Amino acid sequence: VMAGALRGRLVTLTKGWSGARPPPPCARALGLTANHGASESPPARADSTFKVTMVPGDGVGPELMTAVKEVFKAGDVPVEFEEFHVSEVQNMASEEKLEQVLTSMKNNRVAIKGKIHAPMEYKGELASYEMRLRRKLDLFANVVHVNSLPGYSTRHNNLDLVIIREQTEGEYSSLEHESVSGVVECLKIITREKSRRIAKFAFDYATKKGRGKVTAVHKANIMKLGDGLFLQSCAEVAELYPKIKYENIIIDNCCMQLVQNPYQFDVLVMPNLYGNIIDNLAAGLVGGAGVVPGESYSAEYAVFETGARHPFAQAVGRNIANPTAMLLTAANMLRHLNLEYHSNMVSEAVKRVIKQGKVRTRDLGGYCTTGDFVRAVVANLRLRPVI
Amino acid sequence: MEFWIIFLNVKQQCKIHLGLGENTFEMFNKGYEIKSLILGNFFAFQVHTVTLIPGDGIGPEISTAVMKIFEAAKVPIQWEERNVTAIKGPGGKWMIPPEAKESMDRSKIGLKGPLKTPIAAGHPSMNLLLRKTFDLYANVRPCVSIEGYKTPYTDVDLVTIRENTEGEYSGIEHVIVDGVVQSIKLITEQASRRIAEYAFEYARNNQRSSVTAVHKANIMRMSDGLFLRKCREVAENYKDVKFTEMYLDTVCLNMVQDPTQFDVLVMPNLYGDILSDLCAGLIGGLGVTPSGNIGANGVAIFESVHGTAPDIAGKDLANPTALLLSAVMMLRHMGLHADAKKIETACYDTIRDKKVLTKDLGGNSKCSEFTTEICRRVQDMD
Repeated sequence: VMAGALRGRLVTLTKGWSGARPPPPCARALGLTANHGASESPPARADSTFKVTMVPGDGVGPELMTAVKEVFKAGDVPVEFEEFHVSEVQNMASEEKLEQVLTSMKNNRVAIKGKIHAPMEYKGELASYEMRLRRKLDLFANVVHVNSLPGYSTRHNNLDLVIIREQTEGEYSSLEHESVSGVVECLKIITREKSRRIAKFAFDYATKKGRGKVTAVHKANIMKLGDGLFLQSCAEVAELYPKIKYENIIIDNCCMQLVQNPYQFDVLVMPNLYGNIIDNLAAGLVGGAGVVPGESYSAEYAVFETGARHPFAQAVGRNIANPTAMLLTAANMLRHLNLEYHSNMVSEAVKRVIKQGKVRTRDLGGYCTTGDFVRAVVANLRLRPVI
Repeated sequence: MEFWIIFLNVKQQCKIHLGLGENTFEMFNKGYEIKSLILGNFFAFQVHTVTLIPGDGIGPEISTAVMKIFEAAKVPIQWEERNVTAIKGPGGKWMIPPEAKESMDRSKIGLKGPLKTPIAAGHPSMNLLLRKTFDLYANVRPCVSIEGYKTPYTDVDLVTIRENTEGEYSGIEHVIVDGVVQSIKLITEQASRRIAEYAFEYARNNQRSSVTAVHKANIMRMSDGLFLRKCREVAENYKDVKFTEMYLDTVCLNMVQDPTQFDVLVMPNLYGDILSDLCAGLIGGLGVTPSGNIGANGVAIFESVHGTAPDIAGKDLANPTALLLSAVMMLRHMGLHADAKKIETACYDTIRDKKVLTKDLGGNSKCSEFTTEICRRVQDMD
C-alpha cells in the first residue's frame, strides 16, 4: 500500500515538473460564467486538451459516462478523462482510491461523476464514500437548475427554478450513537459559518444569473436552534443584497407548494437533507432523475453530476438509462471549462433530440435504448440551432 | 324482522351491549328513537360520546357544519364540546384544562378543529400539548383524489403514517459553541416497532395491500437503520401485506411522477411531516385532507390540519371538507362504516356536482349552503 501511494505521488510530481500541462482552467472560484453568447463558428482548434477527472460511480454511471465519451469523441471535444472507479458495493473503495481521486482533482480542478452508491448496511463506518469525497473536496454547494425540456410535456411545464443545497453538514454529519440499547441518537449539525457560506453562494448565484428572489427553506418552527441559526444566517446575508428579494418557507409547505404552484419559486437555498428532498421532488416535476443536470462546488473545485443522484442499479446493463441528464451535465462542464462552442453543440443536440420526440428512452415514455439516444445526439451535433 | 324501541330519557352515553355476534349492527336516531336491526338472535345498540374541540378562527363554523351533517345522517354520536386553552398547572407546567382531559379520557375519541399557535405566548403549541398528553404516536393521513376538484394529479389513493413522538422533533438542541448547533434526532426501538405495527394493522383493517417504509438509512445508518430493521421485523408477522422499503428521495422523485404506485407509507417524524403535506398538495391542499392521530390506550383524535384562517373567520366562507372527512375517518375508526360511507359519498357527490361549493373549491357558496347541500344528500340516501 505504501509503495502504491508513493508511486502515485511520484507520478503527480513528474506531472508537475513536466510543465506541458495547460494551467488549471478553473481558477475562477465558483465558475459561474455569465457569458452565454453562443459562438457561431468553431474556435481555432485548441492546441491542448483539458484534463477532467471522471468517477463513473455505481449503477448506470459507467454507461452514462460511455455516452458522454461517445458524444465528446464525435464532437471533437478537447477533453481528456482520467477515470477512477470508486465503488463501495463492488469493494472498489479504499482510502487509497480516494487519495488518487483527490490528487487528480488537485491537478484538474474539474470532475464529472456518477453516484457512488451508499449501501445502508452499517459496517462500523458511518460515512459513505460519497460523503467522504464530498467532505474531502469540501464541495459545500450543490446546484440543481430545474428546467422543463421543450418538447417533453409533464404536469408542470415551463418550470425554471434553482435549488442550492448545503451538502457538508446538517443531517449528513455521520454522528450517531446508541446511547442505551434500542435508543439511537443522530446529530444534526448546523454552523453559522457554513450557513452563511451557502447563503452567500446562493445570493452570488442569483446576482450573477440575474435572478430576482432567493427563498430559504427550513424547519425553524421545530428545530428552533439549528434551523433557526440557518435562517438567521440567511437573513443576515440577504441584507447585503438589497436588490434580491428574500423570503423563507417551511419545508413541508414548500413541498406542498411545489406540487401545486412551483412557479412561485426562483432560487431556493436550504440545508442538506431538505436539499436532497427538494432536488428529487423538483426533478420529478420535469421528467425524473434522467433529465436534470446538476453540479457541486467548493472554493476550488467543481464536480459535475446529475441533479437527482441515483445509481439506478436495476437498469444496469439493460441499455435503458436516459443519458439526457448526464449529457446536459457534461455540457455544463464544458461551459465551465470555457468551451462555450462545444458546450452549446452538445446541449443543443440533446435538446433537439428531445424536442423532435422521435427518440425517447423508456422513462420518457419511449422505446429507445441508451445507445439509440446517444446515436441520435451524435447525429444532431453539427446542425445549426433550430429557432 | 325489525324492532322499534323508543328511549325517552337518554341523557348520558347509553351503552347497551347485548351479545355481540358477527352480525351486529347499530342504528340510532338523535331524536332518542332507536331503530335496531335484529340479525339472528343478537342485537346491540350503542351511543358513542365524542369530545369535540371546535378550535379557533374558522373552527367553530366548520365544527357546526360537521355536527349538522352528523345529525342529518343520524349518526349514533353524542358530542361533548370542550375548549382547550393551555393553562399553567402546579409547578408551572403547561397543561390542557382538566375538563378537556377528563372528557377525552372517558370518550377516548376526539374531533378537533384548527387551533391557533400563539407566537411567543409562553406556552407550547396546543397541538404539541395534546400529542404529549395522550401519547398520540401515529399521524394517519389518507390522501385520495377528489373527483371534481381538479389538480394535476388524478387517482391518488394513498395513506401516510407518521411516527409522531420522537425523531427530529425530540426538541433536544444545544449550542455547543457560539455558531455551532447540534439537534438530536432520537430513534428508539420501541417507538419504531409501535408505528410499524400500527401501519400493518391499518393496512390489514383497511383493505390495503402494501406498506412502504420510507427511510434514509444509507445516510443515517444507525438511526434510520434501526427504524428500518423494526419495520422489517414487524413485516414478518404480516405476510398478507406486501412490504417494500424506499429511500425518502426516491419516494419524492416517484411521488410527483406517479403517485398511484404508493399505498400505505410508514416513516419517522420529519419525513412524515414533509411527505404528508406533499401528498396533501397532490390532491388539492390541506383544505380537503383529513387527518387522524392515534394514541396509546385506545385514544384517537381526528383533526383538520389547515390553519385557523382568521381573515375569513365568522364570515360563513370556510370550507368544512377537511374536518368532515376527518370525522368520516373517525367513524371508520369506531367501526361505524355505514355512516362513514354515507357521509363521505354525500360530500364527494356535492363536490363532483360543482353546484354548491365554497370559494376555495372554486365556487361561491357559503359554508352553510355547502353544509345544507351535503345534509340534503345524506337524507336523500335513506
